[in-house]
Amino acid sequence: MSVSLPLATVSRSDWISLAYLVAIISFILALRFLSNPAHARKGNWIGAFGMAVALVATFFQAGLRAREFIWVGIVMAVSAPIGAYAARAVKMTAMPQMVALFNGVGGGAAALIALADFHRAAPEPGTLGLRTSASIVLSGLIGSVSFAGSMVAFAKLQELISGRPIQYPGQKFGNLALLAALIGLGIAILAGYQEQWVLIVVIAGALAFGVLFVLPIGGADMPVVIALLNAFTGVAAAATGFVLGQNVLIVSGMLVGASGTLLTLMMARAMGRSVANVLFGAFGTLQVTAEQVAAAGGSVRPTTPEDVAVMLAYAQRVIIVPGYGLAVAQAQHAVRELAAELEKRGVDVKYAIHPVAGRMPGHMNVLLAEANVPYDQLKEMDEINPAFDQTDVALVIGANDVTNPAARSDPSSPIYGMPILDVDHAKNVVVLKRSMNPGFAGIDNPLFVDPKTVMLFGDAKSSVEKLVSAVKSV
Amino acid sequence: MTASFLVQLTVLVLAAFLGVEVISKVPTLLHTPLMSGTNAIHGIVLVGAIIVAAYPHQATWIHVVALVAVALGTGNVVGGFVVTDRMLEMFKRRKPEPAERQEAEKRE
Repeated sequence: MSVSLPLATVSRSDWISLAYLVAIISFILALRFLSNPAHARKGNWIGAFGMAVALVATFFQAGLRAREFIWVGIVMAVSAPIGAYAARAVKMTAMPQMVALFNGVGGGAAALIALADFHRAAPEPGTLGLRTSASIVLSGLIGSVSFAGSMVAFAKLQELISGRPIQYPGQKFGNLALLAALIGLGIAILAGYQEQWVLIVVIAGALAFGVLFVLPIGGADMPVVIALLNAFTGVAAAATGFVLGQNVLIVSGMLVGASGTLLTLMMARAMGRSVANVLFGAFGTLQVTAEQVAAAGGSVRPTTPEDVAVMLAYAQRVIIVPGYGLAVAQAQHAVRELAAELEKRGVDVKYAIHPVAGRMPGHMNVLLAEANVPYDQLKEMDEINPAFDQTDVALVIGANDVTNPAARSDPSSPIYGMPILDVDHAKNVVVLKRSMNPGFAGIDNPLFVDPKTVMLFGDAKSSVEKLVSAVKSV
Repeated sequence: MTASFLVQLTVLVLAAFLGVEVISKVPTLLHTPLMSGTNAIHGIVLVGAIIVAAYPHQATWIHVVALVAVALGTGNVVGGFVVTDRMLEMFKRRKPEPAERQEAEKRE
Protein backbone atom coordinates (compact mmCIF):
# COMPACT_ATOMS: atom_id res chain seq x y z
CA MET A 1 0.00 0.00 0.00
CA SER A 2 1.54 3.25 -0.99
CA VAL A 3 0.70 6.50 0.67
CA SER A 4 1.30 9.62 -1.30
CA LEU A 5 1.86 12.59 0.93
CA PRO A 6 -0.23 15.51 -0.22
CA LEU A 7 2.80 17.79 -0.15
CA ALA A 8 1.34 20.01 -2.80
CA THR A 9 -1.29 21.14 -0.31
CA VAL A 10 1.36 22.38 2.12
CA SER A 11 1.72 26.07 1.41
CA ARG A 12 4.89 28.10 1.62
CA SER A 13 3.78 29.74 4.86
CA ASP A 14 3.12 26.26 6.28
CA TRP A 15 6.67 25.24 5.49
CA ILE A 16 7.96 28.36 7.17
CA SER A 17 5.82 27.69 10.23
CA LEU A 18 7.15 24.13 10.33
CA ALA A 19 10.71 25.45 10.18
CA TYR A 20 9.91 27.75 13.10
CA LEU A 21 8.51 24.75 14.96
CA VAL A 22 11.83 22.97 14.41
CA ALA A 23 13.56 26.03 15.88
CA ILE A 24 11.27 26.05 18.92
CA ILE A 25 11.90 22.35 19.56
CA SER A 26 15.65 22.89 19.20
CA PHE A 27 15.64 25.71 21.75
CA ILE A 28 13.69 23.62 24.25
CA LEU A 29 16.11 20.73 23.71
CA ALA A 30 19.07 23.09 24.15
CA LEU A 31 17.73 24.09 27.55
CA ARG A 32 16.81 20.51 28.39
CA PHE A 33 20.36 19.31 27.62
CA LEU A 34 21.73 21.92 30.04
CA SER A 35 20.50 19.77 32.92
CA ASN A 36 23.65 17.67 32.57
CA PRO A 37 27.14 19.08 31.99
CA ALA A 38 28.05 15.99 29.96
CA HIS A 39 25.46 16.77 27.25
CA ALA A 40 25.15 20.52 27.60
CA ARG A 41 27.49 21.34 24.76
CA LYS A 42 25.56 19.17 22.33
CA GLY A 43 22.40 20.98 23.39
CA ASN A 44 23.94 24.31 22.50
CA TRP A 45 24.72 23.03 19.01
CA ILE A 46 21.13 21.87 18.63
CA GLY A 47 20.01 25.36 19.63
CA ALA A 48 22.35 26.96 17.10
CA PHE A 49 21.03 24.60 14.42
CA GLY A 50 17.45 25.60 15.26
CA MET A 51 18.39 29.26 15.01
CA ALA A 52 19.94 28.70 11.59
CA VAL A 53 16.78 26.94 10.38
CA ALA A 54 14.61 29.81 11.65
CA LEU A 55 16.80 32.44 9.98
CA VAL A 56 16.87 30.68 6.61
CA ALA A 57 13.09 30.20 6.72
CA THR A 58 12.60 33.91 7.40
CA PHE A 59 14.09 34.83 4.03
CA PHE A 60 11.24 32.89 2.37
CA GLN A 61 8.47 34.78 4.15
CA ALA A 62 5.83 36.22 1.85
CA GLY A 63 5.42 39.97 1.51
CA LEU A 64 9.10 40.77 1.83
CA ARG A 65 11.08 42.51 -0.87
CA ALA A 66 13.95 40.30 -1.99
CA ARG A 67 15.98 43.36 -3.02
CA GLU A 68 16.27 44.34 0.65
CA PHE A 69 17.90 41.03 1.44
CA ILE A 70 21.13 42.32 -0.06
CA TRP A 71 21.35 44.97 2.66
CA VAL A 72 20.28 42.52 5.33
CA GLY A 73 22.90 40.06 4.10
CA ILE A 74 25.66 42.69 4.11
CA VAL A 75 24.78 43.81 7.63
CA MET A 76 24.69 40.22 8.87
CA ALA A 77 27.97 39.35 7.15
CA VAL A 78 29.63 42.29 8.90
CA SER A 79 28.19 41.87 12.38
CA ALA A 80 28.42 38.07 12.65
CA PRO A 81 32.25 38.01 12.76
CA ILE A 82 32.21 40.87 15.28
CA GLY A 83 29.92 38.87 17.57
CA ALA A 84 32.04 35.75 17.10
CA TYR A 85 35.26 37.64 17.76
CA ALA A 86 33.90 39.24 20.93
CA ALA A 87 32.70 35.83 22.13
CA ARG A 88 36.11 34.27 21.42
CA ALA A 89 38.16 37.07 22.93
CA VAL A 90 36.23 37.72 26.14
CA LYS A 91 37.91 36.60 29.36
CA MET A 92 35.86 34.33 31.61
CA THR A 93 36.12 36.88 34.41
CA ALA A 94 34.42 39.36 32.06
CA MET A 95 31.53 37.01 31.30
CA PRO A 96 29.00 39.06 33.31
CA GLN A 97 29.76 42.11 31.18
CA MET A 98 29.44 40.03 28.04
CA VAL A 99 26.07 38.65 29.06
CA ALA A 100 24.94 42.15 30.05
CA LEU A 101 26.02 43.42 26.64
CA PHE A 102 24.11 40.68 24.79
CA ASN A 103 21.04 41.33 26.94
CA GLY A 104 21.24 44.97 25.99
CA VAL A 105 21.79 44.29 22.32
CA GLY A 106 18.79 41.94 22.18
CA GLY A 107 16.62 44.44 24.02
CA GLY A 108 17.78 47.24 21.76
CA ALA A 109 16.91 45.18 18.68
CA ALA A 110 13.41 44.54 20.08
CA ALA A 111 12.87 48.26 20.70
CA LEU A 112 14.05 49.20 17.20
CA ILE A 113 11.73 46.61 15.65
CA ALA A 114 8.84 48.11 17.60
CA LEU A 115 9.75 51.57 16.31
CA ALA A 116 10.10 50.42 12.70
CA ASP A 117 6.88 48.41 12.76
CA PHE A 118 4.95 51.23 14.39
CA HIS A 119 5.85 53.42 11.46
CA ARG A 120 4.79 50.77 8.96
CA ALA A 121 1.59 49.69 10.71
CA ALA A 122 0.37 53.17 11.58
CA PRO A 123 0.62 55.44 8.62
CA GLU A 124 -2.55 57.11 9.82
CA PRO A 125 -2.68 57.82 13.57
CA GLY A 126 -5.53 56.09 15.35
CA THR A 127 -5.82 53.19 12.93
CA LEU A 128 -3.82 50.72 14.96
CA GLY A 129 -5.72 48.07 16.92
CA LEU A 130 -5.33 47.69 20.64
CA ARG A 131 -3.49 44.39 20.29
CA THR A 132 -0.79 45.63 17.93
CA SER A 133 -0.31 48.95 19.66
CA ALA A 134 -0.07 47.30 23.09
CA SER A 135 2.56 44.87 21.79
CA ILE A 136 4.51 47.68 20.16
CA VAL A 137 4.47 49.79 23.31
CA LEU A 138 5.54 46.87 25.49
CA SER A 139 8.28 45.79 23.12
CA GLY A 140 9.60 49.35 22.80
CA LEU A 141 9.36 50.07 26.51
CA ILE A 142 10.83 46.86 27.92
CA GLY A 143 13.42 46.55 25.15
CA SER A 144 14.67 50.09 25.78
CA VAL A 145 14.84 49.66 29.56
CA SER A 146 16.74 46.44 29.01
CA PHE A 147 19.12 48.08 26.54
CA ALA A 148 19.95 51.11 28.68
CA GLY A 149 19.99 49.18 31.96
CA SER A 150 22.32 46.59 30.48
CA MET A 151 24.68 49.26 29.22
CA VAL A 152 24.94 50.72 32.74
CA ALA A 153 25.41 47.22 34.20
CA PHE A 154 28.10 46.66 31.58
CA ALA A 155 29.83 49.93 32.47
CA LYS A 156 29.72 49.09 36.19
CA LEU A 157 31.07 45.57 35.70
CA GLN A 158 33.74 46.76 33.28
CA GLU A 159 34.57 49.44 35.86
CA LEU A 160 34.05 52.22 33.36
CA ILE A 161 31.96 53.78 36.10
CA SER A 162 32.04 53.15 39.84
CA GLY A 163 30.46 49.92 41.00
CA ARG A 164 29.18 51.69 44.09
CA PRO A 165 25.50 52.57 44.30
CA ILE A 166 24.96 56.05 42.88
CA GLN A 167 22.35 57.86 44.89
CA TYR A 168 20.90 61.35 45.13
CA PRO A 169 17.95 62.88 46.94
CA GLY A 170 14.54 62.18 45.45
CA GLN A 171 15.90 59.33 43.36
CA LYS A 172 13.15 56.84 44.04
CA PHE A 173 10.45 59.45 43.58
CA GLY A 174 12.02 60.67 40.34
CA ASN A 175 12.28 57.15 38.92
CA LEU A 176 8.71 56.39 39.91
CA ALA A 177 7.45 59.61 38.32
CA LEU A 178 9.31 58.84 35.10
CA LEU A 179 7.90 55.33 34.99
CA ALA A 180 4.37 56.66 35.59
CA ALA A 181 4.82 59.18 32.78
CA LEU A 182 5.99 56.45 30.41
CA ILE A 183 3.03 54.24 31.26
CA GLY A 184 0.74 57.24 30.73
CA LEU A 185 2.18 57.88 27.27
CA GLY A 186 1.91 54.17 26.50
CA ILE A 187 -1.77 54.24 27.38
CA ALA A 188 -2.19 57.32 25.17
CA ILE A 189 -0.85 55.30 22.25
CA LEU A 190 -3.23 52.46 23.03
CA ALA A 191 -6.09 54.95 23.18
CA GLY A 192 -5.36 55.98 19.61
CA TYR A 193 -2.96 58.90 19.94
CA GLN A 194 -0.57 57.23 17.55
CA GLU A 195 1.73 60.02 16.47
CA GLN A 196 5.23 58.90 15.60
CA TRP A 197 6.82 61.22 18.16
CA VAL A 198 4.90 59.73 21.08
CA LEU A 199 6.54 56.35 20.65
CA ILE A 200 9.92 58.02 20.18
CA VAL A 201 9.41 59.89 23.45
CA VAL A 202 8.37 56.64 25.16
CA ILE A 203 11.52 54.93 23.90
CA ALA A 204 13.77 57.84 24.90
CA GLY A 205 12.13 57.99 28.32
CA ALA A 206 12.50 54.23 28.75
CA LEU A 207 16.19 54.53 27.90
CA ALA A 208 16.58 57.17 30.61
CA PHE A 209 14.63 55.01 33.04
CA GLY A 210 16.89 52.03 32.30
CA VAL A 211 19.94 54.11 33.20
CA LEU A 212 18.42 55.61 36.35
CA PHE A 213 17.07 52.26 37.50
CA VAL A 214 20.44 50.45 37.46
CA LEU A 215 22.62 53.36 38.72
CA PRO A 216 21.69 52.98 42.41
CA ILE A 217 22.34 49.22 42.42
CA GLY A 218 25.70 48.16 43.85
CA GLY A 219 28.28 45.92 42.17
CA ALA A 220 27.69 43.02 44.57
CA ASP A 221 24.02 42.92 43.54
CA MET A 222 24.83 42.58 39.84
CA PRO A 223 23.92 38.85 39.70
CA VAL A 224 20.30 39.80 40.38
CA VAL A 225 20.34 42.71 37.96
CA ILE A 226 21.81 40.73 35.08
CA ALA A 227 19.30 37.94 35.57
CA LEU A 228 16.47 40.46 35.66
CA LEU A 229 17.65 42.23 32.50
CA ASN A 230 17.89 38.80 30.87
CA ALA A 231 14.22 38.27 31.72
CA PHE A 232 13.34 41.76 30.39
CA THR A 233 14.99 41.08 27.06
CA GLY A 234 13.18 37.76 26.78
CA VAL A 235 9.83 39.40 27.45
CA ALA A 236 10.65 42.18 24.98
CA ALA A 237 11.37 39.53 22.33
CA ALA A 238 8.06 37.83 23.13
CA ALA A 239 6.25 41.18 22.79
CA THR A 240 7.92 41.62 19.40
CA GLY A 241 6.45 38.23 18.53
CA PHE A 242 2.98 39.65 19.17
CA VAL A 243 3.78 42.71 17.06
CA LEU A 244 4.79 40.62 14.07
CA GLY A 245 2.47 37.67 14.75
CA GLN A 246 5.35 35.21 14.98
CA ASN A 247 4.94 32.34 17.42
CA VAL A 248 8.63 31.49 17.28
CA LEU A 249 9.46 34.84 18.89
CA ILE A 250 6.70 34.47 21.46
CA VAL A 251 7.87 31.03 22.59
CA SER A 252 11.62 31.71 22.51
CA GLY A 253 11.23 35.08 24.20
CA MET A 254 9.06 33.64 26.92
CA LEU A 255 11.47 30.75 27.55
CA VAL A 256 14.16 33.35 28.17
CA GLY A 257 11.75 35.43 30.24
CA ALA A 258 11.00 32.42 32.44
CA SER A 259 14.68 31.57 32.77
CA GLY A 260 15.66 35.11 33.72
CA THR A 261 12.81 35.41 36.21
CA LEU A 262 13.71 32.12 37.86
CA LEU A 263 17.38 33.10 38.11
CA THR A 264 16.44 36.51 39.52
CA LEU A 265 14.42 34.88 42.29
CA MET A 266 17.16 32.31 42.99
CA MET A 267 19.85 34.97 43.23
CA ALA A 268 17.78 37.17 45.54
CA ARG A 269 17.04 34.15 47.71
CA ALA A 270 20.76 33.30 47.83
CA MET A 271 21.31 36.81 49.20
CA GLY A 272 18.54 36.37 51.74
CA ARG A 273 16.75 39.42 50.39
CA SER A 274 13.69 40.15 48.34
CA VAL A 275 14.06 41.22 44.72
CA ALA A 276 12.53 44.59 45.64
CA ASN A 277 15.12 45.07 48.37
CA VAL A 278 17.96 44.34 45.93
CA LEU A 279 16.60 46.71 43.29
CA PHE A 280 15.59 49.59 45.55
CA GLY A 281 17.58 49.01 48.73
CA ALA A 282 20.89 50.52 47.53
CA PHE A 283 22.78 47.95 49.56
CA GLY A 284 26.46 48.30 50.29
CA THR A 285 26.46 51.88 51.52
CA LEU A 286 27.38 50.75 55.00
CA GLN A 287 31.07 50.92 55.79
CA VAL A 288 32.80 49.25 58.70
CA THR A 289 36.40 49.99 59.51
CA ALA A 290 39.05 47.51 60.59
CA GLU A 291 39.01 49.07 64.06
CA GLN A 292 35.33 48.33 64.39
CA VAL A 293 35.94 44.71 63.43
CA ALA A 294 38.63 44.47 66.07
CA ALA A 295 36.37 46.19 68.57
CA ALA A 296 33.67 43.62 67.82
CA GLY A 297 35.54 41.30 70.18
CA GLY A 298 38.45 38.94 69.87
CA SER A 299 41.48 39.43 67.73
CA VAL A 300 42.60 37.97 64.44
CA ARG A 301 45.46 35.50 64.36
CA PRO A 302 47.80 35.96 61.39
CA THR A 303 49.68 32.91 60.20
CA THR A 304 52.38 31.87 57.70
CA PRO A 305 52.15 29.79 54.51
CA GLU A 306 54.35 27.12 56.10
CA ASP A 307 51.98 26.59 59.03
CA VAL A 308 48.97 26.40 56.73
CA ALA A 309 50.82 23.97 54.44
CA VAL A 310 51.42 21.56 57.35
CA MET A 311 47.79 21.85 58.42
CA LEU A 312 46.60 21.11 54.86
CA ALA A 313 49.07 18.31 54.12
CA TYR A 314 48.06 16.30 57.16
CA ALA A 315 44.34 16.89 56.78
CA GLN A 316 41.97 14.23 55.53
CA ARG A 317 39.30 16.50 54.16
CA VAL A 318 39.77 20.02 52.85
CA ILE A 319 37.07 22.26 51.46
CA ILE A 320 38.13 25.26 49.40
CA VAL A 321 35.71 28.19 49.53
CA PRO A 322 36.43 30.47 46.58
CA GLY A 323 35.06 33.99 46.40
CA TYR A 324 35.27 36.71 43.81
CA GLY A 325 38.54 37.89 45.36
CA LEU A 326 40.12 34.71 44.00
CA ALA A 327 39.06 35.59 40.48
CA VAL A 328 40.20 39.20 40.85
CA ALA A 329 43.65 37.94 41.85
CA GLN A 330 43.61 35.41 38.96
CA ALA A 331 44.44 32.68 41.44
CA GLN A 332 42.25 29.94 39.89
CA HIS A 333 45.14 28.00 38.35
CA ALA A 334 47.26 28.24 41.48
CA VAL A 335 44.34 26.93 43.53
CA ARG A 336 43.89 23.98 41.21
CA GLU A 337 47.61 23.24 41.53
CA LEU A 338 47.31 23.34 45.31
CA ALA A 339 44.35 20.95 45.19
CA ALA A 340 46.28 18.57 42.92
CA GLU A 341 49.27 18.66 45.27
CA LEU A 342 47.04 17.84 48.24
CA GLU A 343 45.27 15.05 46.37
CA LYS A 344 48.64 13.47 45.63
CA ARG A 345 48.98 13.17 49.39
CA GLY A 346 45.60 11.50 49.63
CA VAL A 347 43.72 14.55 50.90
CA ASP A 348 40.09 14.74 49.80
CA VAL A 349 39.56 18.17 48.25
CA LYS A 350 36.21 19.74 47.34
CA TYR A 351 35.11 23.22 46.38
CA ALA A 352 32.13 24.88 48.06
CA ILE A 353 30.41 27.26 45.66
CA HIS A 354 27.96 29.82 47.01
CA PRO A 355 25.25 30.78 44.50
CA VAL A 356 26.37 34.42 44.51
CA ALA A 357 30.12 33.76 44.39
CA GLY A 358 31.15 35.87 41.42
CA ARG A 359 29.33 38.55 39.52
CA MET A 360 26.60 36.51 37.86
CA PRO A 361 24.72 33.27 38.51
CA GLY A 362 27.12 30.31 38.33
CA HIS A 363 30.12 32.52 37.54
CA MET A 364 32.56 30.85 39.94
CA ASN A 365 31.92 27.42 38.39
CA VAL A 366 32.93 28.72 34.97
CA LEU A 367 36.07 30.35 36.36
CA LEU A 368 37.17 27.13 38.04
CA ALA A 369 36.21 24.97 35.06
CA GLU A 370 38.45 27.22 32.97
CA ALA A 371 41.30 26.38 35.35
CA ASN A 372 40.62 22.67 34.66
CA VAL A 373 38.96 21.94 37.97
CA PRO A 374 36.77 18.87 37.26
CA TYR A 375 33.12 19.77 37.74
CA ASP A 376 32.41 16.82 40.03
CA GLN A 377 34.56 18.57 42.66
CA LEU A 378 32.45 21.72 42.51
CA LYS A 379 29.73 21.39 45.14
CA GLU A 380 26.80 23.72 45.57
CA MET A 381 25.90 25.15 48.95
CA ASP A 382 23.09 22.82 50.03
CA GLU A 383 25.11 19.78 49.04
CA ILE A 384 28.35 20.75 50.78
CA ASN A 385 27.08 22.43 53.97
CA PRO A 386 26.55 19.18 55.94
CA ALA A 387 30.14 18.15 55.03
CA PHE A 388 31.82 21.03 56.90
CA ASP A 389 31.30 19.18 60.21
CA GLN A 390 33.63 16.40 59.05
CA THR A 391 36.10 18.76 57.42
CA ASP A 392 39.56 19.32 58.84
CA VAL A 393 40.38 22.55 57.06
CA ALA A 394 38.14 25.05 55.32
CA LEU A 395 40.29 27.24 53.09
CA VAL A 396 38.49 30.51 52.38
CA ILE A 397 40.03 32.37 49.46
CA GLY A 398 38.77 35.84 48.66
CA ALA A 399 35.29 35.16 50.03
CA ASN A 400 33.80 37.09 52.89
CA ASP A 401 30.08 37.78 53.22
CA VAL A 402 29.05 34.29 52.05
CA THR A 403 30.96 32.80 55.02
CA ASN A 404 29.73 35.29 57.62
CA PRO A 405 28.10 33.44 60.55
CA ALA A 406 26.37 36.69 61.55
CA ALA A 407 23.92 35.91 58.75
CA ARG A 408 22.72 32.99 60.86
CA SER A 409 22.95 34.41 64.36
CA ASP A 410 22.86 38.21 64.43
CA PRO A 411 19.46 39.74 63.60
CA SER A 412 21.05 43.21 63.55
CA SER A 413 23.41 42.26 60.70
CA PRO A 414 22.43 43.63 57.29
CA ILE A 415 22.93 40.16 55.80
CA TYR A 416 20.89 38.40 58.51
CA GLY A 417 18.90 35.60 56.88
CA MET A 418 21.20 35.16 53.90
CA PRO A 419 22.02 31.47 53.39
CA ILE A 420 25.76 31.02 53.98
CA LEU A 421 28.40 28.33 53.69
CA ASP A 422 28.85 26.81 57.17
CA VAL A 423 32.61 27.33 57.11
CA ASP A 424 32.72 27.84 60.88
CA HIS A 425 31.64 24.21 61.36
CA ALA A 426 34.99 22.95 60.08
CA LYS A 427 37.67 21.99 62.61
CA ASN A 428 40.05 24.66 61.32
CA VAL A 429 39.45 27.68 59.14
CA VAL A 430 42.11 29.42 57.10
CA VAL A 431 41.12 32.74 55.56
CA LEU A 432 43.23 34.12 52.75
CA LYS A 433 42.65 37.83 52.58
CA ARG A 434 44.41 40.85 51.18
CA SER A 435 43.91 42.93 54.31
CA MET A 436 41.42 43.44 57.09
CA ASN A 437 39.07 45.47 54.91
CA PRO A 438 35.48 44.27 55.12
CA GLY A 439 33.89 42.50 52.15
CA PHE A 440 32.01 43.94 49.22
CA ALA A 441 28.94 44.57 51.32
CA GLY A 442 31.09 46.31 53.94
CA ILE A 443 29.95 44.12 56.82
CA ASP A 444 32.20 42.83 59.58
CA ASN A 445 32.74 39.11 59.79
CA PRO A 446 32.95 37.36 63.21
CA LEU A 447 34.47 34.35 61.42
CA PHE A 448 37.79 36.21 61.32
CA VAL A 449 37.99 36.43 65.13
CA ASP A 450 36.76 32.87 65.71
CA PRO A 451 39.36 31.00 67.84
CA LYS A 452 39.71 28.27 65.21
CA THR A 453 40.36 30.74 62.41
CA VAL A 454 43.79 31.81 61.24
CA MET A 455 44.35 34.54 58.66
CA LEU A 456 46.88 34.43 55.87
CA PHE A 457 47.26 37.98 54.60
CA GLY A 458 48.44 38.91 51.13
CA ASP A 459 47.48 38.75 47.48
CA ALA A 460 45.45 35.57 46.92
CA LYS A 461 47.53 34.41 43.98
CA SER A 462 50.93 34.79 45.62
CA SER A 463 49.62 33.34 48.90
CA VAL A 464 48.31 30.25 47.13
CA GLU A 465 51.54 29.91 45.16
CA LYS A 466 53.50 30.04 48.42
CA LEU A 467 51.17 27.37 49.82
CA VAL A 468 51.82 25.12 46.81
CA SER A 469 55.58 25.22 47.26
CA ALA A 470 55.26 24.89 51.04
CA VAL A 471 53.03 21.81 50.68
CA LYS A 472 55.54 20.31 48.24
CA SER A 473 58.30 20.59 50.85
CA VAL A 474 56.27 19.26 53.80
CA MET B 1 -8.21 38.30 14.85
CA THR B 2 -9.14 37.95 18.49
CA ALA B 3 -9.15 34.17 18.11
CA SER B 4 -5.58 34.19 16.84
CA PHE B 5 -4.62 36.61 19.60
CA LEU B 6 -5.98 34.20 22.18
CA VAL B 7 -4.04 31.38 20.54
CA GLN B 8 -0.88 33.47 20.79
CA LEU B 9 -1.63 34.29 24.40
CA THR B 10 -2.11 30.58 25.10
CA VAL B 11 1.22 29.84 23.46
CA LEU B 12 2.86 32.53 25.60
CA VAL B 13 1.49 31.14 28.85
CA LEU B 14 2.39 27.56 27.96
CA ALA B 15 5.91 28.66 27.03
CA ALA B 16 6.27 30.38 30.40
CA PHE B 17 5.30 27.23 32.28
CA LEU B 18 7.48 25.06 30.07
CA GLY B 19 10.38 27.45 30.59
CA VAL B 20 10.11 27.29 34.38
CA GLU B 21 9.84 23.50 34.20
CA VAL B 22 12.91 23.05 31.99
CA ILE B 23 15.07 25.72 33.61
CA SER B 24 14.49 24.49 37.15
CA LYS B 25 16.28 21.27 36.16
CA VAL B 26 19.47 23.13 35.21
CA PRO B 27 22.06 22.76 38.00
CA THR B 28 23.59 25.89 39.53
CA LEU B 29 26.88 24.61 38.10
CA LEU B 30 25.67 25.64 34.63
CA HIS B 31 23.82 28.86 35.42
CA THR B 32 26.30 31.07 33.59
CA PRO B 33 26.12 29.01 30.37
CA LEU B 34 22.34 28.98 30.87
CA MET B 35 22.33 32.77 30.83
CA SER B 36 24.56 33.05 27.79
CA GLY B 37 22.57 30.29 26.09
CA THR B 38 19.26 32.03 26.71
CA ASN B 39 21.03 35.18 25.50
CA ALA B 40 21.58 33.43 22.20
CA ILE B 41 17.98 32.24 22.12
CA HIS B 42 16.53 35.71 22.60
CA GLY B 43 18.64 36.56 19.57
CA ILE B 44 15.55 35.19 17.79
CA VAL B 45 14.54 38.88 17.58
CA LEU B 46 16.81 38.76 14.54
CA VAL B 47 13.95 37.01 12.74
CA GLY B 48 11.77 40.01 13.53
CA ALA B 49 14.52 42.41 12.51
CA ILE B 50 14.94 40.71 9.12
CA ILE B 51 11.19 40.85 8.48
CA VAL B 52 10.98 44.54 9.33
CA ALA B 53 14.11 45.37 7.35
CA ALA B 54 12.72 43.69 4.24
CA TYR B 55 9.25 45.23 4.26
CA PRO B 56 8.70 47.07 1.00
CA HIS B 57 7.87 50.77 0.76
CA GLN B 58 9.23 52.33 3.85
CA ALA B 59 11.05 55.48 4.75
CA THR B 60 14.83 55.39 4.59
CA TRP B 61 15.28 56.15 8.28
CA ILE B 62 13.02 53.25 9.22
CA HIS B 63 15.02 51.03 6.93
CA VAL B 64 18.20 52.14 8.67
CA VAL B 65 16.63 51.55 12.11
CA ALA B 66 15.65 48.03 11.06
CA LEU B 67 19.13 47.32 9.70
CA VAL B 68 20.65 48.44 13.00
CA ALA B 69 18.31 45.93 14.66
CA VAL B 70 19.58 43.27 12.23
CA ALA B 71 23.17 44.11 13.20
CA LEU B 72 22.42 43.93 16.94
CA GLY B 73 20.44 40.71 16.54
CA THR B 74 23.16 39.04 14.47
CA GLY B 75 25.86 39.90 16.99
CA ASN B 76 23.56 38.63 19.74
CA VAL B 77 22.90 35.27 18.04
CA VAL B 78 26.42 34.50 16.87
CA GLY B 79 28.15 35.77 19.99
CA GLY B 80 25.69 34.04 22.29
CA PHE B 81 26.12 30.59 20.79
CA VAL B 82 29.90 30.89 20.40
CA VAL B 83 30.51 32.03 23.97
CA THR B 84 28.21 29.35 25.35
CA ASP B 85 30.05 26.69 23.39
CA ARG B 86 33.35 28.02 24.65
CA MET B 87 32.19 27.79 28.25
CA LEU B 88 30.56 24.38 28.00
CA GLU B 89 33.71 22.99 26.43
CA MET B 90 35.57 23.78 29.66
CA PHE B 91 33.33 21.71 31.93
CA LYS B 92 35.08 18.38 32.22
CA ARG B 93 34.61 15.42 34.47
CA ARG B 94 37.63 14.26 36.43
CA LYS B 95 40.04 12.14 34.41
CA PRO B 96 42.42 10.63 36.98
CA GLU B 97 46.09 10.59 36.04
CA PRO B 98 47.74 7.14 36.30
CA ALA B 99 49.36 7.83 39.69
CA GLU B 100 46.17 9.29 41.09
CA ARG B 101 44.12 6.40 39.77
CA GLN B 102 46.26 3.88 41.66
CA GLU B 103 45.77 5.82 44.83
CA ALA B 104 42.07 6.08 44.23
CA GLU B 105 41.91 2.32 43.77
CA LYS B 106 43.89 1.80 46.93
CA ARG B 107 41.46 3.96 48.84
CA GLU B 108 38.46 2.04 47.52
